[in-house]
Amino acid sequence: MVAYALQQLINGVTLGMIYGLIAVGYTMVYGIIGMINFAHGDVFMIGAFLSLISLTLLGAFGLTFVPLALALTLVLAVALAALYGWTLERVAYRPLRGSFRLAPLISAIGMSIVLQQYIQIAQGAKNKPILPPLPGGLRLMESDGLVVQVTWTRLLIVVVTLAVLGAFTWLVSATPLGRAMRACEQDTKMAALLGINVDRTISFTFVIGAALAAVAGFMFLLNYGVIDFFIGFVAGVKAFTAAVLGGIGSLPGAVLGGLLIGLIETFWSAYFSVEYKDVAAFSILILVLIFMPTGLLGRKDVEKV
Amino acid sequence: MLRRTLVASAAVLAVTFSGAAAQAQIRIATVGPMTGSNATFGSQLKAGAEQAVADINKAGGVNGQQLVLEIGDDACDPKQAVSVANQMASRKVAFVAGHFCSSSSIPANKVYAEEGILQITPASTNPKLTDEGGWNTFRVCGRDDQQGIVAGNYLAKEFKGKKIAILNDNTAYGKGLADETKKSLNGNGVTEAMYAAYTPGERDYSAIVSRMKQAGIDVIYIGGYHTETGLIARQAQEQGMKVTIVGGDALATNEFWQIAGPAGENALMTFPSDPQKRPTANAVVAEFKAKGVDPEGYTLYTYAAIQVWAEAAKKAGSTDAKKVAAALHSGTWSSVLGDITFDKKGDVTKSDYVFYVWKNGKYAEM
Repeated sequence: MVAYALQQLINGVTLGMIYGLIAVGYTMVYGIIGMINFAHGDVFMIGAFLSLISLTLLGAFGLTFVPLALALTLVLAVALAALYGWTLERVAYRPLRGSFRLAPLISAIGMSIVLQQYIQIAQGAKNKPILPPLPGGLRLMESDGLVVQVTWTRLLIVVVTLAVLGAFTWLVSATPLGRAMRACEQDTKMAALLGINVDRTISFTFVIGAALAAVAGFMFLLNYGVIDFFIGFVAGVKAFTAAVLGGIGSLPGAVLGGLLIGLIETFWSAYFSVEYKDVAAFSILILVLIFMPTGLLGRKDVEKV
Repeated sequence: MLRRTLVASAAVLAVTFSGAAAQAQIRIATVGPMTGSNATFGSQLKAGAEQAVADINKAGGVNGQQLVLEIGDDACDPKQAVSVANQMASRKVAFVAGHFCSSSSIPANKVYAEEGILQITPASTNPKLTDEGGWNTFRVCGRDDQQGIVAGNYLAKEFKGKKIAILNDNTAYGKGLADETKKSLNGNGVTEAMYAAYTPGERDYSAIVSRMKQAGIDVIYIGGYHTETGLIARQAQEQGMKVTIVGGDALATNEFWQIAGPAGENALMTFPSDPQKRPTANAVVAEFKAKGVDPEGYTLYTYAAIQVWAEAAKKAGSTDAKKVAAALHSGTWSSVLGDITFDKKGDVTKSDYVFYVWKNGKYAEM
């Protein structure tokens, strides 16, 4: 019984961490410019594709030492995806800043379609599989004939996510850039009056969000081994749900929300019906929103007079 | 004034004639998942159709007219299938070789029936398609009740005393096939240890895999498509399960192996006896190979669908769907798959599902 629960816990936590990493990007952008960046799921998809391309290229150049190849892939994917994030903001959102509220939202949906179609045309519509680069795993325990096993990839996901989130927390709480981001989140106009370059700060927000999504895309590719141009949609919807559950605008809330969605889905499938796991996750979301309209860790908007 | 009218009527006549010249071609279509996770099957349909049209046109076309091929993408989405079907109707196609997924073929069939378009599916195996389909419905593949009997009997015989799990993906094809297999298995006096449905289109199936591991499952029968089946195989191996994966005809693509990786070794599937090895297919298979196309899975079935339609249209002397349908019902047609006869519903009269096994990246008849 314990072994089974532990195995499902491992399944749920790794899934939840991927959701959480993507959710941070949603919540960060919402916190600063009050807009849902619907193209964020597709930036995640692009991150996965960049990882696939880098991994294949590095392999073709004869780099067979797996840890180095993976590290280089991660760096390349993050850097290029960050560029995508920056361009996205520059092309699709900045020209609409100060326009009516729905304009950037429509623009985001448009960018989402553009990115999907672009990858579909450039990379083809088929599944893109890779062989597991890190085969094997760790046997944790055995009881009642059930062997609890965790793959190296899943361990890597947990370690990398914690490290990335740690670095990210430090960035937001202890650097001048993070201070500027928090200032813009509270009051963009006042921050600008006090000499903060708001445009640059918003650009950085997009760059960081895209980088985190690329990390998630990289680990998604490693863990599941199959990607296509459409993965951004399902992952994006789940991560957006996670951000809302945790309280949109709250960074720890996004991670908590991601973990919760992953765990609810997994444990519902483990003990109840597999078919209704999404129903379970969304029912809990509705219940939370009824009793805590700002999400688990969100705070109420202060009415500005 | 008179002169101007004459010029105008001459112009109208010229347009009418050039219109008539364009009419001397027959539009036909193949529709399948050209994008999405089943895109690999879409390219099988496309490759088969292109080759068939090229071969027929080279031999003089149908009733002296050349064929023009339209390609539609339904992404295996029932809603998109209906809108593509309407699009094909507006382009005045005479016949559709498609769709791939049963969940697309069934709703699209109603559109084709209303619009007077003949449909021969190369791949949709759900019994409902021909059971409930209209006068315009045919298929050159088998049915899931035939496929399920073969699978259920085999499971009951070869895995006696083992724990069997039956999964399905809740699509018309997947659930239909899983239920037929379950019926046949239960008819043999064997009860499955677990029956569950999963959501297609996701990537993480580790929760359901752990559940099967806990239940001590030895054999997993999956009514579903190759992407999810491959992922379940892969995640079962990652969790240290030693299971045999058994699936249906939707594993007949090399992409299954690419997704499952080494976890796909010894996976079993039901598919009609290898069409590539039939003597009637030799010449066409050689043509495909010369082009660098592997005529795997449903490629030859699509070829055959267009072939029998062309033969029937020649015999009927028309491409009118009702006349061609009547002709199709009444004769025996030679195709790359061998001789084909259709019964009253539009099903082929003989089916020959056998088991295949995946070994080292290739599938072969057992």
